[in-house]
Amino acid sequence: MLSRIAESLFWIGRYVERADGTARILDVHLERLNHLPPEDQRSVAQDLLGVMGSRPDHDEFGLAELLHSIAFDRSHATSIAGSLGAARENARRARETVSSSLWECLNTTYYGLSQHRKDVVGTYRFCHWVLERTAMVGGLTDTTMSHDESWLFLVLGRSLERADMTARMLSTREVHTAGMSWVNMLRCAGAYESFLRTRRAAFDDRHAAEFLLMDRLFPRSIVYALRDADEALAKLDPSDTRLGHINDARRIVGQARTFLEFHRTDDLMVELPEHMERVQRAVAQASDAISRKYFNRADEQAWVGEVS
Amino acid sequence: MHAPPIDERLSPMSDLFEDYAVAAARTGAYDEMFAPDQVARPTYRQLEEALASLDLADVSSRADSMARTFLDRGVTFDYAGEERPFPLDIVPRVISAPEWNVLERGVAQRVRALEAFLNDVYGRMSVAADGVVPRRIITSSKHFHRQVHGFEPAGGVRVHISGIDVVRDGEGTFRVLEDNVRVPSGVSYVLENRRAMAKGLPEAFSQQPIRPVEEYPRRLLSALRRTAPAGVDEPTVVVLTPGVFNSAYFEHTLLAGLMGVELVEGRDLICRGNRVYMRTTAGEQRVDVIYKRIDDDFLDPLQFRSDSMLGCPGLVNAARAGGVTIANAVGNGVADDKLVYSYVPDIIRYYLGEEPIIANVDTFRLEEDGAREEVLDRLDELVVKPVDGSGGKGLVIGPDASPEELDALRQRLVEDPRGWIAQPVLQLSTVPTLSGNRFGPRHVDLRPFAVNDGDDVWVLPGGLTRVALREGSLIVNSSQGGGSKDTWVLAESRNMPIEAEPRHSISIRERTSVWPVESSWRDRQAEQQQ
Repeated sequence: MLSRIAESLFWIGRYVERADGTARILDVHLERLNHLPPEDQRSVAQDLLGVMGSRPDHDEFGLAELLHSIAFDRSHATSIAGSLGAARENARRARETVSSSLWECLNTTYYGLSQHRKDVVGTYRFCHWVLERTAMVGGLTDTTMSHDESWLFLVLGRSLERADMTARMLSTREVHTAGMSWVNMLRCAGAYESFLRTRRAAFDDRHAAEFLLMDRLFPRSIVYALRDADEALAKLDPSDTRLGHINDARRIVGQARTFLEFHRTDDLMVELPEHMERVQRAVAQASDAISRKYFNRADEQAWVGEVS
Repeated sequence: MHAPPIDERLSPMSDLFEDYAVAAARTGAYDEMFAPDQVARPTYRQLEEALASLDLADVSSRADSMARTFLDRGVTFDYAGEERPFPLDIVPRVISAPEWNVLERGVAQRVRALEAFLNDVYGRMSVAADGVVPRRIITSSKHFHRQVHGFEPAGGVRVHISGIDVVRDGEGTFRVLEDNVRVPSGVSYVLENRRAMAKGLPEAFSQQPIRPVEEYPRRLLSALRRTAPAGVDEPTVVVLTPGVFNSAYFEHTLLAGLMGVELVEGRDLICRGNRVYMRTTAGEQRVDVIYKRIDDDFLDPLQFRSDSMLGCPGLVNAARAGGVTIANAVGNGVADDKLVYSYVPDIIRYYLGEEPIIANVDTFRLEEDGAREEVLDRLDELVVKPVDGSGGKGLVIGPDASPEELDALRQRLVEDPRGWIAQPVLQLSTVPTLSGNRFGPRHVDLRPFAVNDGDDVWVLPGGLTRVALREGSLIVNSSQGGGSKDTWVLAESRNMPIEAEPRHSISIRERTSVWPVESSWRDRQAEQQQ
């Protein structure tokens, strides 16, 4: 298939997943954030923006600015609206490859972006709506596209971004100083009930972080997402199946996954920042290696999410 | 936080509160939000400001969306075979920190006393021997179960979960209306109401510290696990439900889900050798603690109703042998009996040597001749309740009843004085409630929930506020047109840690790295881009 098309599909996967993850994080943390007095609100809003990979441009950055810059700002692909716009733009360029229902779904989503109030109550509804739309995109991707090369690129982008977003969800525990940070981490990932069912005994921060990092069965855990990416990469390049170094992307993804999957530690919480940093870096490097190998025009595609 | 001077505040008499003063005066009740001069009480100042910033369109669109969320999430109760959403009103009920402090201590005190009472009743019965409560009254209670006489339940707790209904009378004093120590329900609405309100009225949350309710499922699970039979390291807890047709089925699923335990029906359980097992895909698995959400009568066909298909034969014997903990213990209903209720102040003094912190509502015992005479004379101004009723069943409000109804009631009272109690009609306190296109005063009660793990009684901050949605109605039960309100307990100060958690404060520099050193290969290039 055309490199250009493959690239668009890869980015559709990434952007939609990014919108989904951002909406999840915002939905859960907005509730907490809204309970805080204004002065705390400001610092937490700035921290949260930092977790999402941007820096506030002035000291007065507060709740309203946070909502603008991670939910509604159409001019940057770091926001939900921006990501969904970019996903739709990519789908427009690959319209003949994606199924018509997938294109229509992305397009309808794009036109629905402006129909939301931008206050706190409106943002809750917006997040809810975004999650519905991204779930629909995911379902249509899997059920209306052949699981061929084009689908694999989309899945590859989606799984890499998913690993990255889960790492960010885990990083949000640093943002709040009081309250049950681990419950929020899990609720971001929609993993609360799944987690409760796996652990019959007591649970705390460490178990929750372990679950989101290393669980082999929960689809949004980092290990699971990286395995999805690994499998997609293997299918995309079936030539090298035997020894050693295959290609950069597989090496980076594979090393990160295996390290995490079999990592043993007594003090996960202390190591967590390093895990998060390395996962995000691995995703950035893998994405870059994929661009070099398959798309060959990495310099033209600006992806703004990697600053952290 | 300082309240702004009065003259700068937004007027409470916006459109939504038009006529509120008149309607409130008409009820003659204590209004929770407004003092008689129509100035909001200090507890409600922030809320009033938040509401004043909304217009009718805002309020109704939010109320609609909250109702839709409830339907979507399946927050319903089953009424006459139909799933209905439990109406949540947009105006919360607010309780100040000092008021809550009293309620919390009062509820815990009552739970401790009832726990001691039940242990005694199913043991030596010294409370009767010492003449505090007549033996006749205990043994004639419909829920006094001889089947569980003479053993202490495994784990040593009988009242794991309780809901103590309190109301505010015309003077604004809290009084206990009834105790629920069998199967108190409604806590799921407390959890769901808070979720819905956080999204429906976010303005009010940012202005004041409100104590969270979300720790309830963990507190409950930890109490259930702590009361497991001795010698079990990793107890398996299950929630026993009568099934999907029960009116509180939603609550059973929610609690089981939030505790991460199995929701079982009677047919999933087997008793063998005084142990309880559940049938799983991996064979039979031992069950150590059963959070029982079915009535005692249906629990065990060997001991109680033999036609019950909801329970599991052998449970009571297993409990007697100490092979399983049943929460709440079988036979707790004797403490719920409304005639026993009238003795609870004495029960508190007898077991704890303390004065009751929250008073009872004055109650006429119809077995006492003088009281019965008076009740029969004043039937048209009293409330008469069956001693074992719940959900407002069988209750007759004298002033609202027709002469024929009163005659029929009089007849029944004379025939069965043990079966009824009478109380003065309480003007339950009111809270503004959205009705049509404005707020009107509606009567509320409050059910705080307490969890007892054997060492400590923990009271969930707030509880379920039920509201009678019809103007003037005093019946708040969901099955009779009641709704609910989110209940906010204000924290003493904002800095009070919500939950102390150890923070990992080791800085990144002090850590040693655990990941392998990155190979330098070609991804240098990628690094530089960051």
